[in-house]
Amino acid sequence: MVVVRLRAPLSELAGGRRELRLEGSTVRDVLRALEREHPAIQGWILDEQTTIREHINVFVNGEKGREETTLDADDRIHVIPSISGG
Amino acid sequence: MTELLIGTKKGLFALQGDEDDFEIAARSFPGEPVEFAMRDPRSGRYFACVTSAFYGPKIFVTDDPAGEWQQAEGLQLPEGGETSLERLWSVVPGEEEGLLYAGGAPGVLFESRDGGMTWELNQAFWEQPTRPEWNPGAGGMCMHSIATWPGDPSRIALAISAVGVWLTDDGGRTWRHGNKGLVPRYVPEESREETITLCVHNLHRHPSRPERLFMQFHGGVYRSDDAGESWIDIGTDTGLPSDFGFPLVIDPDDPDSAYVIPLTADLDRVTPDGRVRVYETRDAGASWTARGDGLPATDAYLTILRQAFAREGSGPGMALYFGATSGDVFGSHDAGASWTTVASKLPPVHSVRAA
Repeated sequence: MVVVRLRAPLSELAGGRRELRLEGSTVRDVLRALEREHPAIQGWILDEQTTIREHINVFVNGEKGREETTLDADDRIHVIPSISGG
Repeated sequence: MTELLIGTKKGLFALQGDEDDFEIAARSFPGEPVEFAMRDPRSGRYFACVTSAFYGPKIFVTDDPAGEWQQAEGLQLPEGGETSLERLWSVVPGEEEGLLYAGGAPGVLFESRDGGMTWELNQAFWEQPTRPEWNPGAGGMCMHSIATWPGDPSRIALAISAVGVWLTDDGGRTWRHGNKGLVPRYVPEESREETITLCVHNLHRHPSRPERLFMQFHGGVYRSDDAGESWIDIGTDTGLPSDFGFPLVIDPDDPDSAYVIPLTADLDRVTPDGRVRVYETRDAGASWTARGDGLPATDAYLTILRQAFAREGSGPGMALYFGATSGDVFGSHDAGASWTTVASKLPPVHSVRAA
């Protein structure tokens, strides 16, 4: 199981949970599993083409990950808004 | 009491008050860009188009802008493609119970038949064969204007920056262009007849004479008397200081009326000569009169965006409100004859609607 850590407002959409354990062999798989478990989060991290939104960063064990990044059991994913904006 | 919904770069502000005495009653979506917000007068339900820089475009719905908002469902493009929904620009009540339309980028129309909680993409418009040739304006390929026909849900006019006017007579099952007479000065003369890169900035249908529409174009103000099939230039030598601008409002009591807020030019999108003035026509665009009593008259270089001009009521007592990217909001309670400052120091104003 992969550990997924979320911050607000995503954690609120995941039923108030800041940490979840989910199955998946890639980042995309795990984020889709997150959407199945918490449908309210659908469209917030991945867009409708299952691409990570432009200003969302997904870190895998502290390294920047992409949709296809492969995962091992006990890997840790952090989903964090980028430091962009104005 | 009047309620104003002010969509800004940093959240939605609900202002309540009378004439020039308004206060902020609620702020929602702090920090998030709110492109547009409105209240459906049929249901009393409020809608906010929020395009988070991080989490993408959504419509949120509530019965109380000071309370909880609920995310509407279905506002996405078909999975398995290459395009995602970019932004949501407008929500408009339809001509059937529970029917609403939403316009977004890239040039997409959504329909709701349950009062705005769930939405479906209009497939016929999404599948327009010329779509690969469409070009966006500076703000994206935004569908900002959805002009329904009072009492007839089959007839709709759409406007997109920069894909011109689209018309349907069958409730959105088929669509056709309505661009005859528009002159896009920003493309070479020899290309103007054929181009579909037509940057409409705003479009309104007159409710009491539905075949009449007014348009603010990207350099041009136009009127149609044949339901959008063709367009007549009413911006040249008619008294406007410039025919460039974004918003437009009409007086429902007078089919010869329209209001625009000219900006200097496409390369200088501020109020001309440092003066803020609304221009009014009461003769269908044959002439325009400046209405600026009470508006900043010196050193005022404001930008008023396409959804940031609204009206409430009609006739000589019609209220008008507009907001600028400076964060100022102005109001008139005599159809534009005189103006006061309703709010200032708000974040840059994207939209204004009277609830």
